Parts: sequence; structure tokens; C-alpha cells
Amino acid sequence: MADYTIAKTLDYKGLACPMPIVKISQVIGSVAIGDVLEVHTTDPGSLADFPAWAKTTGHAILETKQEPGVIKIFVKRQK
Amino acid sequence: MTLNVEKEIADLKAKVGDMPGAENKLTMIVFSGDLDKQLAAMIIATGAAAMGMQVVLFFTFWGLPALRAPQKKVGGKSFMGKMFGMMLPKGRNKLILSQMHMAGMGTAMMKGLMKKKNVAGLDEMYDLAAQLAVKIYACQMSMDLMGFKKEEMIDYPGLEVCGVATMLSHAKESSIQFFI
Repeated sequence: MADYTIAKTLDYKGLACPMPIVKISQVIGSVAIGDVLEVHTTDPGSLADFPAWAKTTGHAILETKQEPGVIKIFVKRQK
Repeated sequence: MTLNVEKEIADLKAKVGDMPGAENKLTMIVFSGDLDKQLAAMIIATGAAAMGMQVVLFFTFWGLPALRAPQKKVGGKSFMGKMFGMMLPKGRNKLILSQMHMAGMGTAMMKGLMKKKNVAGLDEMYDLAAQLAVKIYACQMSMDLMGFKKEEMIDYPGLEVCGVATMLSHAKESSIQFFI
């Protein structure tokens, strides 16, 4: 269960590579440092891509949840 | 024997600063004019830019026709230049698959499949690349060979013509170098 407040929920369902990480990279600067974004995606590649993106950009993936028909990824802006 | 730590550190710093491939940067040579290869190039370029890398693309030879603006007309070409202009694709939307083109059926099928699966096409990829400040260079030498002029290329922000030295100096300081 989430013990953090979500600043924004982003619906990336239906988007295919590379759009999910391109979009998150464009949006991350619009929230405050420490804010958490909840991303909804149907792209299975995102399960690996978001952690890789976070590692290279210095942000954090708090949690990934696989639910029927949607993958939820919680991204925290670190800097 | 005493170790002069400050000198050692200064020497190491100088060495590390000179190491090739140190920057968070990707340089890619786009030599191919196939639709599938150009798509791969643009997906990699926009993906890298999204991950915070500086991205430089160098279009040469068969990659150049992708930069043509179909609606621009330019005169003053030699006979060979006119021939190349006619025989090569007029812009990125005229590119074909490297395999299974099947007289147009394969390429059309691939485009249809991409649309169905919401995979971004080249138009969207170029817009994204521009937004993400991906730098595009066109190879002067192959432009001359094929008779292409800068005026007939797309209006991509920062599009420049250059030679191999420019590309190599970018490639040398990049941590990733690709040839498509």
C-alpha cells in the first residue's frame, strides 16, 4: 500500500517504446524535488526501462505494481 | 621514499580528463536509408536524449534522403544531381524496409502495424528529437556527390552541414558511438 502522496498520475497506457521514458523525462522537471509521480503504462518494456532511466538520470523508482491490464510505476524526483 | 600525493592526484586528473569516451554523450552515424534502420536510429536517439544524454546524429550517404523536404524545390543541379534527386526517396515518408518490402506491400504492412500498436512513426520521432535538442549534421561530402543542397533539406532546428572531422571529434568524446 502506498505510504507516499502522489503529486501527479500520468496515463501512458497505449504508448510504445520509446514514448513512456521520453514523456517521463519531459514531465519530471515540472514537479518538486521529492514529489512522486504515478505512471500507468501497458508497455511491458517499461518494467525494465524505467529503472534504467532512473539509474541514468538520478531519480528513483519507488515501486512497480503489475495489475490486470496496467503496470503502475511510482517515480520519485530526486534532484 | 615519500609519495607526493598532490602531484599524483594532479597527474591522474590530467590523464582522466584526456580519456576518450568520457562524456555522457551518444554519437550516431546514420548511413542507411532504410525505413527500419532509420526508425531504430531515431528511437535510440530520442531514448538516449530522454535519459539525459547529449545526442549527435551524422547523416551520410543513403541516410541523407531522409532529410529531404518533399515540398521544397531547388534548381541549378547537374544532370547527375537531378538523377540522384529523382531516384532517391524524397524525404523520410518515402523510405522503404530493408527487407520484406515486397514491392510496397511489406512497407505498407509495417506502417499499418506500427499505427495499430501506437508505435511512433518518423514524423513524430523527428519532432521529439527536435524538442529533446538532438543535434543533426548532414555530411557535406555525400551531399556534394548526390547533388543535394542544404536548401532542400527539412527545417530541423540547428541542422548543419559538416565533414568527417566534426563527426569524429563528437564521437571521440562520446561514451556511445553507433553506426546504423
